Amino acid sequence: MKKAQIIVIGNGMVGYKFCEKLKSKSESFDLIVFGEECRRAYDRVHLSEYFNGKTAEDLSLSTATWYEEQNITLFLSNPIVKIDRDFKMVYAADGLSYAYDYLVFATGSAAFVPTIPGVEKDGVFVYRTIEDLELISEFAKKAKTGAVIGGGLLGLEAAKALIDLGIEQTHIIEFAPRLMPRQIDPAGSEMLKSKLADLGLKIHLNKNTTSIEGEEKIIAMQFSDDTKLEVDMLVISAGIKPRDELAKACGIEVGPRGGILVNEKMQTNDPSVFAIGECALYDGMIYGLIAPGYEMAEVLAANLCEGNKEFTGFDMSTKLKLIGIDVASFGDNFIDEPDCRTIIFENKHKGIYSRINVSNDGQHLLGGILIGDATAYNMLLQTVNNKIVLPENPEELIFGSRSGGDGVEGAGIVSLPDSALICSCEGVSKGDICGAVTNLNCENLDDIKKCTKAGTGCGGCIPMVKDLMVHTFKSQGKYIKNVICEHFNYSRQELFDLIHIHELKSYDEVLNEFGKNDGCEVCKPLVSSLLASLWNEMILKKGNDVAQDSNDRFLANIQKGGSYSVVPRVPGGEITPDKLIIIGEVAKKYNLYTKITGGQRIDMFGAHLNDLPVIWEELIAAGFESGHAYGKGLRTVKSCVGSTWCRFGLHDSVSYAIRIEERYRGIRAPHKFKSAVSGCIRECAEAQSKDFGIIATEKGWNLYVCGNGGSKPQHALLLATDLDSETCIKYIDRFLMFYIRTADPLTRTATWLNKMEGGIDYLRNVVINDSLGMAAQWEQEIENLISSYKCEWKEAVENPAIRKRFSHFVNAPEEKDPTIEFVDMRGQKRVAEWKTV
Amino acid sequence: MTETSNWLAACRVEDAVENGGVCVKNGEEQIALFYFKRRNEWFATQNECPHRKQMALSRGMIGSTTDEPKVACPFHKKTFSLHTGECLSGDECGAIKTYPVKIDNGVVYIGKYPK
Ligand code: SRM
Ligand SMILES: Cc1cc2nc3c(=O)[nH]c(=O)nc-3n(C[C@H](O)[C@H](O)[C@H](O)COP(=O)(O)OP(=O)(O)OC[C@H]3O[C@@H](n4cnc5c(N)ncnc54)[C@H](O)[C@@H]3O)c2cc1C
Ligand code: SF4
Ligand code: FES
Repeated sequence: MKKAQIIVIGNGMVGYKFCEKLKSKSESFDLIVFGEECRRAYDRVHLSEYFNGKTAEDLSLSTATWYEEQNITLFLSNPIVKIDRDFKMVYAADGLSYAYDYLVFATGSAAFVPTIPGVEKDGVFVYRTIEDLELISEFAKKAKTGAVIGGGLLGLEAAKALIDLGIEQTHIIEFAPRLMPRQIDPAGSEMLKSKLADLGLKIHLNKNTTSIEGEEKIIAMQFSDDTKLEVDMLVISAGIKPRDELAKACGIEVGPRGGILVNEKMQTNDPSVFAIGECALYDGMIYGLIAPGYEMAEVLAANLCEGNKEFTGFDMSTKLKLIGIDVASFGDNFIDEPDCRTIIFENKHKGIYSRINVSNDGQHLLGGILIGDATAYNMLLQTVNNKIVLPENPEELIFGSRSGGDGVEGAGIVSLPDSALICSCEGVSKGDICGAVTNLNCENLDDIKKCTKAGTGCGGCIPMVKDLMVHTFKSQGKYIKNVICEHFNYSRQELFDLIHIHELKSYDEVLNEFGKNDGCEVCKPLVSSLLASLWNEMILKKGNDVAQDSNDRFLANIQKGGSYSVVPRVPGGEITPDKLIIIGEVAKKYNLYTKITGGQRIDMFGAHLNDLPVIWEELIAAGFESGHAYGKGLRTVKSCVGSTWCRFGLHDSVSYAIRIEERYRGIRAPHKFKSAVSGCIRECAEAQSKDFGIIATEKGWNLYVCGNGGSKPQHALLLATDLDSETCIKYIDRFLMFYIRTADPLTRTATWLNKMEGGIDYLRNVVINDSLGMAAQWEQEIENLISSYKCEWKEAVENPAIRKRFSHFVNAPEEKDPTIEFVDMRGQKRVAEWKTV
Repeated sequence: MTETSNWLAACRVEDAVENGGVCVKNGEEQIALFYFKRRNEWFATQNECPHRKQMALSRGMIGSTTDEPKVACPFHKKTFSLHTGECLSGDECGAIKTYPVKIDNGVVYIGKYPK
């Protein structure tokens, strides 16, 4: 018998999900998909990540071969242009026609562009497809100022993208008197406004654009209040318009303001024609979110396979994924007194605004708004959706949100019914997740993702999935420890002690004694780092070279394209003119790109693997040594100029910085660590952003610890005041050894402290009062590390067996990798872009 | 002489890196050769990582998952099976080519045609 033929129009997110769901349920259909775009369906929700380096392929929802494997015929760049319902035929742009038994519209929507005179000008864009983003990023190269029309969810995302593209002045133009008018209230909007202003965005509310000025290209926007704004480019993000034009043309009923009318079975007025996703109008509503679209795909796929599912509307709660700012709304967010009681918490200093709407009897949570801190979002949403009875003091729900762990959050998970929908994109319930842990033996997030698909959509539920996993472990009495990987059933700290007690010196010995199988890219560098922290032996000896990350194995950081960087140590940032000349000469000779780093030294990029030993030989001959820019160890100790030159300087910060840097150079730790010494409280060396930082006082040095720059900046905390130079070093010794011995792999000191019970007070007690009685031992251990220091590069170039490894081809040792490409930029070379896949 | 035409003499056993990789030049092509000493096995794959097209796999760390031998690219740690070439990192960058290897008289030979 011939299989029934289904034609899907549109290969967007929902169209793809429909194919996936249908194929997983039944083989009794022939499926043909027509896409208008030139690419396979991709993740539009995370479109903006395209600007953060994700490629079109990264965003793709399937592999290149998926459709073929599933026996689905896929046409790309081939939209359907006409439908003949009497003959059940569709006509595609390439001129061919195809017959269907069932027709599915998954045509999504287009950006809504208001009819403002001038919208057709160059430099005016919408934000919907990868092509749109390509055009925007190309144009942004020559633009200095930009604007976005629309202060809603998508508008804000587009505005952030413009900033990330380097548009220094980005404006948001919103017609309504507040931002995100569909999600947040006026007070929330005010808070969000000030947070966005901190990001550098200029926000204009109550603004109605009347025309776009310029000859061919936009130069300014004109508003109804007679004001004008000069801009080089404009992104319109004023809402969406369902793509119902084809449906309308063939007589399918559409809504008065657009959208293909469907019933709860996703069926249109023609029983063999369906619509799902953003083109479908259900109960007067277009659902501009992915989760309801996926639910529609599920309903339709199930019904075509003789199931009986209904779409009955969907929760529109959302969390904005704008990097850096938490914004969320859930449930009935706008309901007001007297229909409910609202509890509002506002902290202008921290930029936090939380509002929850509680039923008048105090029993249930109806909805709310969170700005600045949305950690409680998942739990609050569950409380609304599952009608969980509120605690006596419902305000704890928002005040308690910071406490995390077993606080309100933890208690909350337990009270959720098994049916509670945790991942709404993929429709995964609490029961499914806990079941995956108990019955399918999922042991980590990846396992759970594979087994249940939870967390693979927008990703918003991941924190809760993790909490549920841990909770299920605990309730099963499983002792959860952070085991390293499948090869070692120990935590880092346990393995540290084992290696120490058994005096093991190489990765293979450790694996033989305490591990199993062959090891992997997780345990190898970890064990190597432990060995280095314990014995400080040359890391490339005893077969340990192949157990190192590429960077450690070749004593240099690998760069895009496969070349390496060369970073000699410049203690305290102090360097003589002669040494500067040497760096210049070496860089010239080996054609290296040079740059002053953020750590007060000079980085030379673009060295061929083969050249590394000769480059270092020359540098070492001139008195340089390895800067360990590649290892998890001490990076730099920055200094300010201090009392030798500066009129405010209290002590000689440069000399002290050099002393510190030379003391701890080469010591390996769970992660890199950095330091700085400032000569007075003006803090020009930025010591309070370092793993340990020292600031001169009238009476000595103040010692700060556990600061961090990077993606989650954190100020260092004051550990001790007015120390003399020797005591300060003694405390640092103890602090570092405590860190080296107890921190998890790849954990900076800041994170280590954040997880430490008792926090800075506990740490102070350990370091200063020796509460663990370890001080003497640690001081001895660090002395051993310090006295065994040797420059790794010196050892490498002097050892022929190690040196031999620095060639690209084993069978042509003189030849360099011919595939490395450089291009010219401002008179130096730079590496060519990733070759696109 | 059919033997030699299908096999490339890559290097001597002692030139290869124990429990690690080296890169072998085969005309225009680059092949990564791995000596898995712990398992006493040899593997060869293309040297280019399909993720960002980097000539890097020979500089990656080798290891295993359950019993499957694998290599991790040094750039973004995508892992590939040394047996089948399949990408093991879930997010699919496509498989890599693998080649047969044989040892004869202390010399490592790599098959010129992928498995
Ligand atoms: C070269 C340099 C940028 C520059 O041109 O200025 C740089 C370059 C890199 N940084 Fe950095 N960081 C550089 C200063 C910094 C600073 C500023 C500082 O040290 O004062 C920071 C913030 C301070 C901090 O660490 O707290 C910084 C925070 C990071 C982070 C985030 C760490 C965190 O805890 O969040 C990473 C990622 C990581 O280590 O995992 C990183 C990682 C990297 C890597 C290693 C990325 C990589 O794997 O390739 C880059 C290596 C380039 C190379 O081969 O040398 N780099 N990086 C700077 C080298 C300083 C030096 O002389 O050694
Ligand atoms: C920047 C951005 C951020 C977003 N962020 C979020 C978010 O955080 N959370 C969230 O839930 N949602 C978000 N969304 C919305 C989400 O992406 C959409 O809800 C989802 O993509 C809708 O899927 P769809 O398949 O219905 O439509 P689409 O993904 O638009 O797919 C429709 C496809 O059909 C094609 N098509 C149209 N007509 C034809 C034709 N005649 N023939 C053939 N093909 C045709 C179109 O070209 C398109 O490829 C965001 C959207 C954007 C643009
Ligand atoms: S140098 Fe540091 S901040 Fe700059 S791109 Fe590399 S890791 Fe990121
Ligand atoms: S280039 Fe190999 S993992 Fe990215």
